[in-house]
Amino acid sequence: MTDQLAPSAADAAPIKLTRKDFASDQEPRWCPGCGDYSILAQTQKVMPDFGIPREKIVFISGIGCSGRFPYYMNTYGFHSIHGRAPTLATGLKLARPDLMVWVVTGDGDALSIGGNHILHAMRKNVDIRVVMFNNRIYGLTKGQASPTSELGQKTKSTPVGSIDYPIHPLMIALAAEASFVARTVDTRVDHIQHVMERAGFHRGSAFVEVLQNCNIFNDGAYRVFTDRDVRDDRMLVLEHGKPMLFGKNRDMGLRLKGLRPEIVRIGEDGISEADILVHDETSEDPTIHNMLARIYWPEFPVPIGVIRNVPRLTHDQLVDVQVRDAIARHGPADLASLLRGGESWTVE
Amino acid sequence: MLVRYASVPASAAPIPPVRRLRDPGGSPGSVTTTKGHDVPVQELDRVTIRFAGDSGDGMQLTGTQFTRATAVFGNDISTLPDYPAEIRAPAGSLPGVSGFQISFSSSDIHTPGDAPDVLVAMNPAALRTNLKDLVPGGAIIVNSDAFTPPNLAKAGYASNPLGDGSLKPYMVFEIPVSTLNARALEGLDMTSKQVDLTKNFFALGVMFWLFERSMESTLRWIEEKFGGRAIIAEANRRALNAGYAFGETTEIFHTRYLVPAALLAPGTYRNVTGNEATALGCVVASALADRPLVYASYPITPASEILHQLSGYKSHGVKTFQAEDEIAAIGAAIGASYGGALGLTGTSGPGMALKAEMLGLAVMVELPLVVVNVQRAGPSTGMPTKTEQADLFQALYGRNGESPLPVVAPASPAECFDMAIEAWRIALKYMTPVVYLSDALLANGTEPWRIPELEELPDLRVPDRTERAGFLPYDRDPETLARPWVVPGTPGLEHRIGGLEKLDGLGTVSYDPDNHHRMSLLRAEKVARIARDIAPLEVFGPPQGDLLILGWGSTYGAIRSAVERLQARGKKVAHAHLRHLHPFPSNTGEVVRSYRTVLIPEINLGQLRTVIRAEFLVDAVGFNLVRGKPFAISEIEIKAEQLLGDL
Repeated sequence: MTDQLAPSAADAAPIKLTRKDFASDQEPRWCPGCGDYSILAQTQKVMPDFGIPREKIVFISGIGCSGRFPYYMNTYGFHSIHGRAPTLATGLKLARPDLMVWVVTGDGDALSIGGNHILHAMRKNVDIRVVMFNNRIYGLTKGQASPTSELGQKTKSTPVGSIDYPIHPLMIALAAEASFVARTVDTRVDHIQHVMERAGFHRGSAFVEVLQNCNIFNDGAYRVFTDRDVRDDRMLVLEHGKPMLFGKNRDMGLRLKGLRPEIVRIGEDGISEADILVHDETSEDPTIHNMLARIYWPEFPVPIGVIRNVPRLTHDQLVDVQVRDAIARHGPADLASLLRGGESWTVE
Repeated sequence: MLVRYASVPASAAPIPPVRRLRDPGGSPGSVTTTKGHDVPVQELDRVTIRFAGDSGDGMQLTGTQFTRATAVFGNDISTLPDYPAEIRAPAGSLPGVSGFQISFSSSDIHTPGDAPDVLVAMNPAALRTNLKDLVPGGAIIVNSDAFTPPNLAKAGYASNPLGDGSLKPYMVFEIPVSTLNARALEGLDMTSKQVDLTKNFFALGVMFWLFERSMESTLRWIEEKFGGRAIIAEANRRALNAGYAFGETTEIFHTRYLVPAALLAPGTYRNVTGNEATALGCVVASALADRPLVYASYPITPASEILHQLSGYKSHGVKTFQAEDEIAAIGAAIGASYGGALGLTGTSGPGMALKAEMLGLAVMVELPLVVVNVQRAGPSTGMPTKTEQADLFQALYGRNGESPLPVVAPASPAECFDMAIEAWRIALKYMTPVVYLSDALLANGTEPWRIPELEELPDLRVPDRTERAGFLPYDRDPETLARPWVVPGTPGLEHRIGGLEKLDGLGTVSYDPDNHHRMSLLRAEKVARIARDIAPLEVFGPPQGDLLILGWGSTYGAIRSAVERLQARGKKVAHAHLRHLHPFPSNTGEVVRSYRTVLIPEINLGQLRTVIRAEFLVDAVGFNLVRGKPFAISEIEIKAEQLLGDL
């Protein structure tokens, strides 16, 4: 994979760690049955695969249920303030390009109070992995509408239904020029592992939306397409270089009709696999990626997997280039001449 | 200039009458010699010139060039630009006037001068907006070509002041600058608009001749700036030389003026603005601490120059980050400090308001951080280019919860360098965010700065904690109460920090009532202990007496000058100036209780006064003007005289 540029932290001596090494001594405290437990477990499971020592890894969070995540990872961690985790991560990466930095956030944290920071961390291609738990509700404050709550959704703050149109998180990430955009779902254990691993190996701004069930305030938000008996027909598992096929029998697929996608069935009306769109996550042109970020159940299957993955120089790499250029041009730092400036004079 | 480098002893020796330009024939002691074309040269002690013109006339550049030449000549100087917030207000209009004031002297001076002796007015609007400030009998040099009926109308003049006798109280020198300059540039392949853009250098040439300054530094600047564009360089050179030659040949000037060099302490000097000195101080602090500097900031007047300066220091390993907003800027700075760097952010009042929550986080996670607030007139957007000192309460108290942090404030442009290093010393030693309160007057004003030898400066190195044995994230140094600085990448010390209350020592999340009380006290005590570690409050003048004038920040110059004048008249008046606003130097209470009256002039409605009264139960008197401009020396002098009269 072109994106699998090993993080520089991987240059350290190879080490063998296990899932247990990444579990801190703190007992996770989310509601029983919360989707966050699954995300935590799968994250701890893939961490050893990066070959990066624990001390070189930092998890930074904002406020919300997702904000507790760093306490449960036996790495360095920073539980910051509401919506602002990307800013701390950006500053940390600026000072310490050698670290692997993860941001854990939620739909309210990332897309409401912290919307601006997500946009800019992504567009600057800061080498961070943003994992956004999307449960379409404010959980920690006990059940108000979030920016991803559905139109008409009844919550404590919208007792007769939300009148706000929801945000499509992946559209935001694409619009902000994130160099890696993916979606996964808390109930598909193998898939979370796969996506987290891909995000971990990516160099640059990675945005991962995890569809996560809040069983207390918004239970079953995704069941209509994630339940085991319907999920194959209602979700599209993307794989790079493979046709966009779905369905229990993998006989349904997406093709373009003009500018719009349509669902077709292999074998009907002379449709063959050759007619089906082939997923190219590395395409610089984002047209198909935008389409995949926008389509949703019930009109279309919900795409999961890596939607976009383009190699780009990262923010810290570009900063480093400028520092090296400056040193090459002006020579190494000479504090005395800096202080003298352009015009100085001496009094005897 | 900076008092600690001044060669003039801080005693109350009688001051001889100052020889100023407006004295016809010179006051006793003035020296008159003859030079050049038989034009007598009059020696003066101090001159204040204001260059004023349309904001497109290049007045800031003209003033800066005059300042450079004067600094190199060896005068003590103090300058202040005054420009409109609009980049280009309508040409010729009153709001579009841009000014630059320089005061230069043969002795130690502290302010850019109360009132100019000379006004250079490039158009009627510049004359109209600045005339009221000129001293009676002062000199006005005008570009008479600009006094056309349309320009006069735009400035609101019913009749031409050059002909109606209204300028009789002044010495007026009318020079057709535009015409003469255009003639000097004849033959160059330039549009008439391009030619007109160089007329400020003609005026500069006249001023160089009139005040016997060397054109060398400006000629060098032209070469550096326009070297690649031969015609533009030639045009500026010709304009400058033509102005100088005009002075030599014209008969309108009967006198040239010379302000001899000042007796500055030995050393190498340069001229700096407060923003430059702040930036340099932070770069040097980074070298002294042996850690990289990361500056994260969002553009805001009047702090943006710090970002511009620092972004040019990449070869010093300085990394700058233009953030998406004020919150991101301080967030990135905290992130950088978390990573072991010097995380710095800078802003002005409105941005400071946005940073408040992050400052609270920095207090809670106890990481070093410096936040520069270049104060401007508020509230809200206020007057962005105008100075004020009204963010003291915001710095001291503007956060939720019990959230103490140290606050420091430089007193002069050059002192910004020292106070930046001091802010970092405190931040690093005590693991705390520090607020550094500059203001628009310091930021844009200039004065000569004696460049220190690096050996004179403090060692700011602090160790990272790497020792595993007995490690607790919120363990404390028994003397400073600072917690250990453990940077990610340190094996075996992985731990979590954040904005939730910490268990004393262990640093895990705690809701225990007694622990919260103890941690609140510890955070307050840590900051309070800094008082033991800062210079005592110095008093200029008698240690007890009738009146103490207590100040902070950029009012230093006006207060010190007023006190010098009062002392010269035998008044028992002292001046003390706070550089540390929280905590105060440990002798502050003793000082303020040693005088019958304490007067606190501030460019706010009495913020320091409120704190001093609350802290020391001293019935201090305020002198508060919020006009977006500095105090005049005479205003403080008159206020002090009133108080002394009432005693």
